[in-house]
Amino acid sequence: MKSPKTNNSLMTLILFFEQLLNGIQFGTMLFLMSAGLTLIFGVMGLINLAHGSFYMIGAFSAALIAALTESFWLALLASLAGAAIAGVLIEIIIIRRLYRRDHLDQVLATFALILLLSEGVRWCFGAFPLYLNIPNVLNGTVPIFDNIIYSKYRLFIIFMGFLIALGLYILITKTRLGIRIRAGQNDRQMISALGVDISKLYTIVFAIGASLAGLAGAMIGAIQSVEVGMGEPILILAFVVIVIGGIGSIKGALVGSILVGVTDTIGRIFLPELLKVFMESSNATSVGSSIGSMLIYILMALILIIKPSGLFGKS
Amino acid sequence: MIIEKFFNKWIMFFLILIPTCGVIFDEPYFITLATKVVILGIAGIGLNLALGYCGLISLGHAAFFGIGGYVTGILSFHALNDEVLFSWPLAVSGSSEMLIIWPIAILVSALFSFIIGLLSLRTSGVYFIMITLAFAQMLYFFSISWPNYGGEDGLSIYMRNSFPMVNTMDPLSFYMISLFWLLFSIFISLRLINSPFGMSFQAIKQNEERVKSVGIETFKVKLLVFVISGTITGLAGSLYTDLNRFVSPTVLDWHTSGEIMVFVILGGMARLYGPLVGAAFFIALEQTLGSYTENWQFWLGLILILVILYARSGILGLFDKKLKHEK
Amino acid sequence: MRKFTTTLGALLVMATSSTFADGHKVKVGMITTLSGGGSGLGIDVRDGFMLAVKGNKNISVITKDDQRKPDIAVQLADKMIQSDKVDVLTGIIWSNLAMAVVPATVNQGKFYLSPNAGPSKLAGKGCHKNYFNVAWQNDNLHEAAGGYANSAGFKNSFILAPNYPAGKDALTGYKRFFKGKLAGEIYTKLGQKDYAAEIAQIRASGADSVFFFLPGGMGIGFMKQFSQSGIKLPVVGPAFSFDQGILKAVGDAALGVKNTSQWSKDIDNAANKKFVNDFKSEYGRLPSLYASQGYDTGKLLISAMSKAKIKDMDKFRDALRKADFSSTRGKFSFDTNHHPIQDIYVREVIKEGKTLTNKIVSVGLKDHSNAYVSDCKM
Repeated sequence: MKSPKTNNSLMTLILFFEQLLNGIQFGTMLFLMSAGLTLIFGVMGLINLAHGSFYMIGAFSAALIAALTESFWLALLASLAGAAIAGVLIEIIIIRRLYRRDHLDQVLATFALILLLSEGVRWCFGAFPLYLNIPNVLNGTVPIFDNIIYSKYRLFIIFMGFLIALGLYILITKTRLGIRIRAGQNDRQMISALGVDISKLYTIVFAIGASLAGLAGAMIGAIQSVEVGMGEPILILAFVVIVIGGIGSIKGALVGSILVGVTDTIGRIFLPELLKVFMESSNATSVGSSIGSMLIYILMALILIIKPSGLFGKS
Repeated sequence: MIIEKFFNKWIMFFLILIPTCGVIFDEPYFITLATKVVILGIAGIGLNLALGYCGLISLGHAAFFGIGGYVTGILSFHALNDEVLFSWPLAVSGSSEMLIIWPIAILVSALFSFIIGLLSLRTSGVYFIMITLAFAQMLYFFSISWPNYGGEDGLSIYMRNSFPMVNTMDPLSFYMISLFWLLFSIFISLRLINSPFGMSFQAIKQNEERVKSVGIETFKVKLLVFVISGTITGLAGSLYTDLNRFVSPTVLDWHTSGEIMVFVILGGMARLYGPLVGAAFFIALEQTLGSYTENWQFWLGLILILVILYARSGILGLFDKKLKHEK
Repeated sequence: MRKFTTTLGALLVMATSSTFADGHKVKVGMITTLSGGGSGLGIDVRDGFMLAVKGNKNISVITKDDQRKPDIAVQLADKMIQSDKVDVLTGIIWSNLAMAVVPATVNQGKFYLSPNAGPSKLAGKGCHKNYFNVAWQNDNLHEAAGGYANSAGFKNSFILAPNYPAGKDALTGYKRFFKGKLAGEIYTKLGQKDYAAEIAQIRASGADSVFFFLPGGMGIGFMKQFSQSGIKLPVVGPAFSFDQGILKAVGDAALGVKNTSQWSKDIDNAANKKFVNDFKSEYGRLPSLYASQGYDTGKLLISAMSKAKIKDMDKFRDALRKADFSSTRGKFSFDTNHHPIQDIYVREVIKEGKTLTNKIVSVGLKDHSNAYVSDCKM
């Protein structure tokens, strides 16, 4: 027989492990967002505040196709395609003109793009959230180790996240396109001198980034909600991630994503518990949640103060 | 420069004309709108010092706007409820006197911009944009979840704070008070820009390395500009609370930072009156588009993109070019 | 610059063309959320109100979008009072906007009829003779949820809400009526949509029921993830996360969930039947809770106008206070702090053909008022 106390601490351990998984899952989603963002910055030198809009466009494309075909998998494909098409169009019409501009113009133009795209989507789809749900195969939970059960869909998200990380790694290190991307990251003049069609390369990179964001939007939209403005909170988090990781570095984006995901999840759950040791319960809940919501920004400020160009950034 | 001065005279003329029209046609709301333009213009003038003249792209000026606003709200809230603000080390009570509130709002904004500047200016480029954003977000989430001053509900102070011998609830009087601060901040900016210190921070925007090589400690220069810039924006925040008799976390939202930046760019960067013109244009757009369509933000976005792509020097810049041609 | 001046001129002309009202005419200013996040609610309130006053020649309505920003809302209120010379303001959806607009309105001697928000401050110490709430006091639906939890035999609830004033009011409201113990109490981040961490807490807590207040997209996320988690605990919450506009997005995850509301489309009275039918034929969709509130607000105004002229504020106020209109909710009256006394129902989410909707299963609290009546000195 276990004593109640060890039973209790075992429970806490299980809970901690489950929360760790939740943090990693959140992190992998952030990675899909931030990988594109950091890639676009690394290759084209563009700060794209409108990246969250592709997250939204992906989710809406998926919801549209899911409503027509009732297939989740087709909806995922649609999210990739929808965001990529939107990405190509926007790159050609607007973004292309911003590469030579300074960061300020980029920030403002893409800020304006957020207004335009959000309101445009509302125009087309109306003000109410849309329906998108996960397929039955992924509904429910599976046991992992003894005593720990975890959501199938969230495991699927983690799996997809790492699959895409691997895919990106192969794309960048092993393919011709990857070589050009790396060359672009290192020396922008050089690559056009080599006779690479630079504007096509830029469009492709932008579309890859947009479609990754779109995929993230669809996958998350299925368990959260598909609504206008859904991309903004995650956009800011994605920026926190790439700044922590070092802008332009995909490895940094991966590490930063997991770090932010875990810090946020663990912090907001365990900080109030921790504070309960020092203060009265409902106060601890309130203060703990307040600090919990600021935690990742504090983390980011600390890292930048110690390493002004992020963990893996070039100084 | 001469042409710009000519325009500045016109702008001053409008600053007087619009409220006069408001009085003649008995449209007090018109004066309220003009006051809003003036206050947002002050916020923009603050940001313009850092952004336009020194090249510090801060996406976190909502922090200072919000701090000025909350200092005003909190002081007045305590005066309203007759509670002490804090009792240690000395008992300090709230106040609803603008003459007391302003210096405190200025001091607190200066303090915060000093701390945020000290930490943020260690970085540069994109990192600087993002770290200033992060600090503003920190304050935003703090203000939402901190229950003492209303959290997300915000803080209502019911009446504007008072100013000796003036009825501040009268739209025209409050407009005049705001106008005074506008002229004051323009005056301060003008003096700064033309001072040796101003030369050094404008040179930093062009080429920081060269300024360093002359032996100027650029970090200190940038920090000082950042503090002055944040303080002016904080003062605008204080006035904004009084305009609405209300303050809430929305003033700390990152969209506020974005909008202040938009004022600066719309009007024309590094132009003294640019942010004011930008704010006026923005408010006029919001009012006219908003009365035609619910989707006005779509058109606003479109117009902004066009301005950034094709009219980089802003509205004042457009006029500048046109006049030069005519000459 | 010329363009700029013509715009200003046009604005001036627009603003000055306000008509002079004779004694029977009432000018209504509606400030509500029509763009940005949460605009679905504002659109419903507006549509419900417009349906109620449709064809009434004595009522003119100016509608403006507050973008869910309190500072914009206050400026619009100033404009409507100072320039458009409205007699009555209404329309605000959110408590934080109401906290900004209501004091500004009633202090300038105008009536405010609230079709949605009912913050505790405005019900208690901050109440005002010109402020009427036609929806509910914010705590009401949560209190009814607490009452329902008792009658359903729940002993150990896990409760959660966002970390902001309305969220705190919600948990306080539930605890005020719930007699059992709490297995856990969590304040989530406002706007948060992933609840994996919280659901893990719930699973580990040993609770026998869950109460939550997570309006808008937050609730959609929570319900979906909760149903996927395989936790079989009964869930109860206020109607906001299970109302007509939002149910479609939650999907089958909401089926069977009990929620509390002062209105439901199957309340059996003539006024409600007419409202539901008219709303469907006018707008081509099912009405929501918010639409019913907007509609009742319009009907209340009309009832007062038939009794008194708006210029005689005291008489008009008395007429409002009588609430002599047939509400879609059936019985409806005002308590001394001008907040409703009404039945709060327990509804269950069901499927009618392919459409998700609600049906009433019981009355949660009968003739329910609010906890702040004694704090209000009018």
